[in-house]
Amino acid sequence: MSKLKGWKELTPGGIITEAGNAREYKTGDWRTERPQVNKEKCINCLFCWAYCPDASVIVDADKGVMVGFDYDHCKGCGICASTCPAKAIDMIPER
Amino acid sequence: MAKVMGLTGKVMGLNGNAAVAYAMKQINPDVIAAYPITPQTDCVERFAEYVSEGLVNTQFVTVESEHSAMSACIGAAAAGGRVMTATAANGLALMWEMLYIASSMRLPIVMMVTNRALSGNINIHCDHSDTMGARDAGWIQLFSENAQEAYDNIIQAVKIAEDLEVRLPVMVTQDGFIISHAVEQVKVLDDDLVQEFVGAYKPAYPLLDVTHPVTYGPLDLFDYYFEHKRSQIEAIDNCFPVIRRVGEEFGKISGRKYDLLETYKLEDAEYVVVALGSTCGTAKEAVNLLREKGKKVGLLKIRCFRPFPKEEIIKALVPRRGVAVLDRSVSFGGFGGPVFTEIRSALCDAPARPFIIDFFYGLGGRDIYVEDIEKALLQIEDVVQKGQVDQYIGYLGLRE
Repeated sequence: MSKLKGWKELTPGGIITEAGNAREYKTGDWRTERPQVNKEKCINCLFCWAYCPDASVIVDADKGVMVGFDYDHCKGCGICASTCPAKAIDMIPER
Repeated sequence: MAKVMGLTGKVMGLNGNAAVAYAMKQINPDVIAAYPITPQTDCVERFAEYVSEGLVNTQFVTVESEHSAMSACIGAAAAGGRVMTATAANGLALMWEMLYIASSMRLPIVMMVTNRALSGNINIHCDHSDTMGARDAGWIQLFSENAQEAYDNIIQAVKIAEDLEVRLPVMVTQDGFIISHAVEQVKVLDDDLVQEFVGAYKPAYPLLDVTHPVTYGPLDLFDYYFEHKRSQIEAIDNCFPVIRRVGEEFGKISGRKYDLLETYKLEDAEYVVVALGSTCGTAKEAVNLLREKGKKVGLLKIRCFRPFPKEEIIKALVPRRGVAVLDRSVSFGGFGGPVFTEIRSALCDAPARPFIIDFFYGLGGRDIYVEDIEKALLQIEDVVQKGQVDQYIGYLGLRE
């Protein structure tokens, strides 16, 4: 997210005048724990990708392999870690 | 058809509701969404007649509640329409959450509120508990003394709300039954003159402008909500010059100039009564009668309660010896009524501030008499002469 604006720089009533700017809103900063994948254990079953409620598991579609996480949007819910049959995902506390 | 002060127009026999409905017809807004509630019903009924007779182009939305009425007004105003409505008492209370949304989105909706006591117990008569409860909702509030002022205020409200420096909703009040149902001679302007005065509406950020898409009312959390409220504080604080300018411009076309406050025999007054709404007429008579007895008394009438004209009130009240505030609503458990609290706060740092006492009166439509106001003025005189306040809060017209 770009630098937060002061109150004098805002539109009247907080109206949003640009289309599609929700893309700029990084919601991943709510996270208290971040998922970390151990690719040596990962079997690329893509269970994490299927279960992630926030589409934050990054997959290389051509190769069919799990690549990592989109930390800008991952909320750290841990569903990926709990569904991983290979126990390849650890939840690391955010500082 | 009588000439009014050399200007065009005519005199009509109208009650307050009819005067406002007539002004709404002349303004001819794009949308009115309203729900009937005593004592406002008469106003929207009359407007519905104008719609059925084809005298206006307004889209009249008959909604199922006041919450829906204000919601429809918000939608229509955001879409880019000139929007008006009217309500009273419990109807206003049902609009509560939407009032805040209308002002937060900076939508110039104009609403007439026929003042009525909030339940319970159920009561349909006048007091100010409805609009005073809405005083923190971010709306401009203009109080009217009679049907003429209700008519004049509604027309000015459109111009104030829509000013690009303002863009806030405006509430115009009139006292239920006392004004709304009492027929007076009302000087109305010609239709063309009203149209010329309010001008063509120029919406800001209309939703229907599909080439410039906008979003109204998005999620606003700890990162921006506070900044948005700060800009809203600035917006309403900056309204004073516009309200005054519109009042002067209205004076030029009607012969009736308006300001934030009105003073009556205040220049040399030592003891002052402060009031809002129809009671000001009664207070003027009380001032006249006490003046005949040699008492130096006067009236300060607050027309614009939100934003609160602190500087003008300080200027008007600081040179006085005593001030009796009349409150037609209660802030239960508070130190006096809302008008008293605000006035005391404004005068707190004044170098030589007057004694200030409060009187509750007129709740649920209880009549207020000239003698009641004389009593209030004599009581503040007594306080000043004793040099101390024994009782800050009194009651006028209450049985013990």
